[in-house]
Amino acid sequence: MTPLMSYLLVAALLFAIGLAGALTRRNAILVLIGIELMLNAANLNLIAFWRYGPHPESLTGMMFAIFSIAVAAAEAAVGLGLVISIHRHARTTDLDAINRMKG
Amino acid sequence: MSIVFYIVAALAVGGALAAVLLKNTVHCALALTIAFAGIALLFLQLDAQFAGFAQILVYIGAVAILVVFAILLTRGSETPKDGVYGRKWPLGLVIAAAVFSDLAWAVLQSARVLPHEAISAPTVTVLQIGNALIGRYVLPLEIIALLLTAALIGAVIVAMHEKEAGK
Repeated sequence: MTPLMSYLLVAALLFAIGLAGALTRRNAILVLIGIELMLNAANLNLIAFWRYGPHPESLTGMMFAIFSIAVAAAEAAVGLGLVISIHRHARTTDLDAINRMKG
Repeated sequence: MSIVFYIVAALAVGGALAAVLLKNTVHCALALTIAFAGIALLFLQLDAQFAGFAQILVYIGAVAILVVFAILLTRGSETPKDGVYGRKWPLGLVIAAAVFSDLAWAVLQSARVLPHEAISAPTVTVLQIGNALIGRYVLPLEIIALLLTAALIGAVIVAMHEKEAGK
């Protein structure tokens, strides 16, 4: 087991935990938490490949991770704003109860 | 692998599990903070100091606080009576397990092609990162600045009261 593989396995585990949270929880905020965990797992992969890749001095993976952190921050702000807006209209954040657009 | 890696990885994975499994939403947000801290420590273990501290600033400092605010504003801390999981939660669990086994299988299968010789830690200073951000990556930096501004204004507008617009 090389160091890179251990980091990749930890990132895969974090991604699966985040995916399970996003798919099983009923509270919309918990779904967003799961999405954040998945984004973090992807960042961990980027940093691990940057560290153990052939050219770490070119900073490509590091820059990718930094921009990804910035995009994730924007995503969190918009997502939580949407949750608050839904709560104002539907008086709940329970995703099973928000079925007005269900076909 | 050093013992430090196992401790930090256990911290991150345990925090993530608690964030997903706990019943009280506020406890979930606090466990999420632990998971973010664990991931930041993993970044530091990988000699990515700048990314690690950016992770601490952005995730623990901003995103976790934002999640707590959203929980308090939506009164989401009350545990619902009929369970915290959706109707089709076994299906979600099966999908997540399938994704994890697929990813782990791919990682373990590619042991030969992944780089595995222990290369020395790259010395990356903040000066180099700043030069790269302003030099080679200046266009993505400007686009990210625009995106962040637009996203924050959009979040405020989406969450704003609509009193003047009328019902």
